[in-house]
Amino acid sequence: MPALDKDKRHLYRLAVLFAAGILAFLGLRAVMVPKGFGRYGFFRAGALTDIRSLPISYAGRAACADCHSDIVDMRKGSLHAQIGCEACHGPLEAHAAAPDTTKPRLPNGRALCLGCHLENVAKPASFPQVDPKEHGDAGPCTSCHNPHHPEIS
Amino acid sequence: MAVDRRIFLQETGKFLILTGVASVAFEHVLAGTAEAAENYHLTDHWWAMAIDIDKCIGCGGCVRACKAENHVPLEPFYFRTWVERYHVKPEDMEHPEVDSPDGGYDGFPERYAQGDGTKNFFVPKLCNHCAHSPCVQVCPVGATFESPDGVVLVDKSYCLGCRYCVQACPYGCRFIDPRTNTVDKCTLCYHRITKGLTTACCEVCPMGARRLGDLKDPKDPIHAFLRDHKIQVLKPQMATGAKVYYNDLDGSVR
Ligand code: HEC
Ligand code: HEC
Ligand code: HEC
Ligand code: HEC
Repeated sequence: MPALDKDKRHLYRLAVLFAAGILAFLGLRAVMVPKGFGRYGFFRAGALTDIRSLPISYAGRAACADCHSDIVDMRKGSLHAQIGCEACHGPLEAHAAAPDTTKPRLPNGRALCLGCHLENVAKPASFPQVDPKEHGDAGPCTSCHNPHHPEIS
Repeated sequence: MAVDRRIFLQETGKFLILTGVASVAFEHVLAGTAEAAENYHLTDHWWAMAIDIDKCIGCGGCVRACKAENHVPLEPFYFRTWVERYHVKPEDMEHPEVDSPDGGYDGFPERYAQGDGTKNFFVPKLCNHCAHSPCVQVCPVGATFESPDGVVLVDKSYCLGCRYCVQACPYGCRFIDPRTNTVDKCTLCYHRITKGLTTACCEVCPMGARRLGDLKDPKDPIHAFLRDHKIQVLKPQMATGAKVYYNDLDGSVR
């Protein structure tokens, strides 16, 4: 390599500095910007997978129907048929996944029914509401109504 | 050695091309391999929710289910969804009396009398999953975002807890989770809807007053709902592209 002219050497020095700067930038960027950032937008693509992999607690009514077809049949033709099982029974994914080890507690009929059917002026007028002081007796609602098919007659 | 223009341009050209190629290759290495493709395709969905005010009975089932499904702190001031009760004098629509005892978690104890000439109804609320969301625009680090399938989500591992988005949300749908000191909000049960389930709140709603909908699915009943009813979103003047559609939303609701 021929000796560099004095007036050119500083250009090479500049180029080396420039390259080092770019490398440092890329290195820092690699450390600071998370993997997958920007693939779908200004966010980390892996966040979608993280959120999707969270566990569920409510199995959904379709899952219950697989094993409890008797209850599903009982509900047919009732206004309660549209209600998800877990609206009354609570989150039961654990039970649906392992029915032998996790036994659900049966809901307390009276408090449960009144949670939906207690009179309230803000409820739509067409919704069937009762005043527990006048309707039925002090006992559980389930002594007269079947929770899975509450219509009498 | 004299460098003429020709050599100068050649050398600079080589240098630029090489650094360019190197940085593109580096980007590629950083990005890693794409996650294994599954049967859920982000671009096939555009999620929304339909709420029928005429059906809501204020039982609070959605509030309880949401907290149970998403492990929302039980203190009565953290909600991803909540229910408000409106008590409106018909001639004074601008000053509704609104209450939401514990967000409606335990239902609504009776406060008003039948036949006093007022209008009373419940309004379930949640994140509106806006298409042009102000909360996303203010996030300084890209920790909150609109997903390609139309859900506003938070990357909890990336959130600084700066609270800008909490202030930016016109609907008050965000809070700081005291356990992690990061922001928390409705994910539209993203972990459920991407598995083909509905959200926890919709699953337990006894009246079907709230329903999840996929606007990109032509067979989804939400299209009929939007067509057959007079629909409004909350605060349309904010032009946020809100995707929670209310049937029969009273003008007093804010
Ligand atoms: C994999 C099958 C399976 C699935 C899915 C399943 N269960 Fe069960 N369930 C059982 C079995 C088995 C029992 C025990 C029956 C017994 O002991 O008489 C049971 C018991 C119950 C009981 C208590 C009955 C009692 O007498 O104490 C309830 C309530 C119940 N299931 C509700 C549900 C609901 C709601 C779902 C949907 C989330 C569901 N189950 C899903 C199998 C299943
Ligand atoms: C309206 C509320 C409600 C809904 C909706 C509901 N249940 Fe129940 N269920 C009850 C109550 C209350 C009991 C307890 C009955 C009792 O104490 O005798 C019960 C009892 C049961 C039992 C115990 C066995 C029996 O026959 O009493 C099973 C199993 C069960 N439910 C399954 C289901 C399944 C499956 C669904 C959905 C298809 C469902 N339930 C929907 C309220 C409900
Ligand atoms: C999760 C809310 C919920 C719970 C809990 C609940 N119900 Fe219902 N119930 C409903 C809904 C919704 C309807 C249908 C109303 C409609 O479509 O107009 C209904 C309908 C009824 C009807 C029929 C009314 C009619 O017009 O014929 C009776 C009776 C009834 N429920 C009794 C009960 C009893 C008894 C219990 C307790 C075991 C109970 N309900 C628990 C939501 C609930
Ligand atoms: C002593 C028996 C008995 C008891 C206990 C009872 N009910 Fe009833 N309930 C009835 C009868 C009878 C009807 C009328 C049925 C019909 O018209 O089909 C009825 C009707 C209803 C209706 C429909 C009302 C309407 O406007 O259509 C609801 C809702 C209801 N009951 C809820 C409850 C609840 C909640 C409880 C518990 C607090 C309860 N019931 C306890 C016997 C009873």
